[in-house]
Amino acid sequence: MKVGKQTIRLENTPKILDTCSIVGPKEFAGPLSSYFDLHVDDVFVGEKSFEKGESHMLNSCINHLLSKNGFSTQDIDYIFAGDLLNQCISSGYCIRDFNIPFFGLYGACSTFCESLTLASLLVDGGFAKKVVAATSSHFCSAERQFRMPLEHGNQMSPTGQCTVTASGCAVVVPGTVKGNSPKVTYVTPGKIVDMGIKDMTNMGGAMAPAAFDTILTHFKDTGRNPNYYDKIITGDLGLLGADILVDLFSKQGIDISSKHEDCGCIIYDNEAQDTHSGGSGCGCIASVFSGYFFEQLKTKKLNKVLLVATGALMSPVSSMQGESIPSIAHAVAIENEV
Amino acid sequence: MNENIAMNDEEYSDYVEQKAKKSPIAKNIFWAFLVGGLICMIGQLIADICMFFSISKEDSSTISTIILIFLGAFLTAINVYSRLGKVAGAGSTVPITGFSNSIVAPAIEFKMEGYILGLGSNMFKVAGPVLVYGITSSVIIGFIYWLIKLFM
Repeated sequence: MKVGKQTIRLENTPKILDTCSIVGPKEFAGPLSSYFDLHVDDVFVGEKSFEKGESHMLNSCINHLLSKNGFSTQDIDYIFAGDLLNQCISSGYCIRDFNIPFFGLYGACSTFCESLTLASLLVDGGFAKKVVAATSSHFCSAERQFRMPLEHGNQMSPTGQCTVTASGCAVVVPGTVKGNSPKVTYVTPGKIVDMGIKDMTNMGGAMAPAAFDTILTHFKDTGRNPNYYDKIITGDLGLLGADILVDLFSKQGIDISSKHEDCGCIIYDNEAQDTHSGGSGCGCIASVFSGYFFEQLKTKKLNKVLLVATGALMSPVSSMQGESIPSIAHAVAIENEV
Repeated sequence: MNENIAMNDEEYSDYVEQKAKKSPIAKNIFWAFLVGGLICMIGQLIADICMFFSISKEDSSTISTIILIFLGAFLTAINVYSRLGKVAGAGSTVPITGFSNSIVAPAIEFKMEGYILGLGSNMFKVAGPVLVYGITSSVIIGFIYWLIKLFM
């Protein structure tokens, strides 16, 4: 049921039964390494190109999710997936092998919450019993599409972020399924916010207003406030974007600093790993949520979280044509029954 | 614009600018000077060695250029030049070794899409503008030089 301006309350509260995450070598060397299910040591993942490698990684991630829950591909009704590459080839080629009906999504780095939202709605409406939501990103394939060739010697801006090599996926089941998995209670799909930032190396600055808008709308629509949640988790705002988000809220007299955590800020050791403003990419929130935060939800260290993935919807073409960066954020409220 | 944020685009842009971490300019300039200068010194050293073996000045500088281009390409292939570029910035981009790097890097990267439409058509993706405007401006300057010569 729609509540307020943008939010939907999920009456049947579908459950996130389980998640799975896989990361690349650099992410595995980061501070969260022990929380990820799988990792790969080679950025090619044994394939001939980075794009194939990314597909392979997503494939392993979904396969592991199914096998650890004793599911076969026939058990899954639908799959929502997306990535950063043109025409979402990583997802398309990965899911080709699965024989599962597939919806390809593009929401840049916001794709994980977009797919989780749609998967939850489909299950909540009673149209499906098991739906998978998945996303991936890969540093090397994103770098060659959005920036310079890898071997080119150049400097990154201090506001720049490093695309995360990782995939994450979750399986959503109806609320009536037994077990104490966390439930999806509300979703707030975001609208596009563009504050005129044109610098492709400053996506945190471009995306922070979108995250702010969606979170504030979520609070207004549901009548909740930051104190309701144990954590407000944003996708990949990075150090600068996270700073701006907290500041924008404090300008409204709302303090989220103690509740807010950004996946882009915690996936790397920014100083030691030279990742400037932090991590980005759809794999960032996907892997950090699936690995780190879902574990805490399962063990009830966290009971109520608001997961907000943020995306910058530009392309190299639009940037070269002088366009600013349209940004979006989708919020999903995930809660344990207490 | 956004109704929840009490700032217009320009004000927001200034606000972000003021919050953003600045590039360490002094450090960048220092490293650019050091590495850029070092590359030029190596070039000069090669030319001097050639001249020592009584090769003409013109031929010596050609040999020096060729060797530097090779070094740039070689260091790109073994993934050293990209690391150097991270520290040195313009110091390693501006010398001819940087030009070599900007051609070899896309060549390596786009080999995956095949030799013709991948490597062939993307090799000058980064260096292309330098070639286009470099050649164009040299033709224009040459023409002006020729005109001046006519009347002098």
